[in-house]
Amino acid sequence: MTMLANLLRELVGLFVDDGALALAILGIVLLASIFAILVPSAPLASGAVLLLGCLGVLFANVMRAG
Amino acid sequence: MTTSLVQIGPAIAAAFLASLVEAVEAMTIVLAVSTVRGWRPAGFGALAGLMLLAVVVLVLGPLLDHIPLNLLQLVIGVLLLLFGMRWLRKAILRAAGVIPLHDEAIVFATETTELSEQARRQEARRDWLAGIVSFKAVVLEGLEVVFIVIAVGAGHGLLVPAGLGALAACLLVVVVGIVVHRPLARVPENSLKFAVGIMLSAFGVFWIGEGLGVPWPGGDLAILMFAVLFLGVALASVALTRRRNAEVLP
Repeated sequence: MTMLANLLRELVGLFVDDGALALAILGIVLLASIFAILVPSAPLASGAVLLLGCLGVLFANVMRAG
Repeated sequence: MTTSLVQIGPAIAAAFLASLVEAVEAMTIVLAVSTVRGWRPAGFGALAGLMLLAVVVLVLGPLLDHIPLNLLQLVIGVLLLLFGMRWLRKAILRAAGVIPLHDEAIVFATETTELSEQARRQEARRDWLAGIVSFKAVVLEGLEVVFIVIAVGAGHGLLVPAGLGALAACLLVVVVGIVVHRPLARVPENSLKFAVGIMLSAFGVFWIGEGLGVPWPGGDLAILMFAVLFLGVALASVALTRRRNAEVLP
């Protein structure tokens, strides 16, 4: 049972190390999805939100942690 | 479903380099087990771990064909982004000196000591315990390899080249590990994680965009453009963090 719990914890740990970073990434993906749904005539806008959002989130997170 | 060299190259490279890191981590533990208890429990544990991984691949593999491509790209893209940016963040912080570098020699020494103490406490079950340690290392690190192969390969029908890249890395580490019988501490793990984090993050952004219907300028070449942008932000983050910390600590 302990081994299974450890395995599950390790599996989650594959994707989530810093909770704030993971939440921010999911927030950016959600925002880009909303853009894609609300503004289907400009799909590149959601792409820009996604790309610039991820770069910004990474930079901000590292600056905060460093 | 079209594939191009622009996709195949980065997919194989990402799978190879990421698997190299994971295989080194697993091999360090297996070597520690073999040092304390011999090759038999280490080998049996590793073999059982590989068999479990094979079952996971055989069960999950066919399921991928039944998932709509857009949904698959979106879900795997999100996982890839979480995974890649986690690695990249850690590699940036290590390169900037904020957190210490991962040292396989220390991992090997710690694992060897723990196993020796466990063996002394539970003499009757020591081979069994050693086998479980080896099994767990192979399963956990192997699951990461399986995920990476699926993540970089599934969205564009690149599972075979990505799988071959991962297999080559694992075989290389196993052969070198058996020959030198020492932890592979000279592998530049942080540089590899830095590079792989950038590639996986670039793949993640590309695939989420594809899943959302974004017509990326340049098609597949956009992956390389994203990688350059992630590299730029990562290098700037390292430089700024180093400079800021140098100012704080004279």
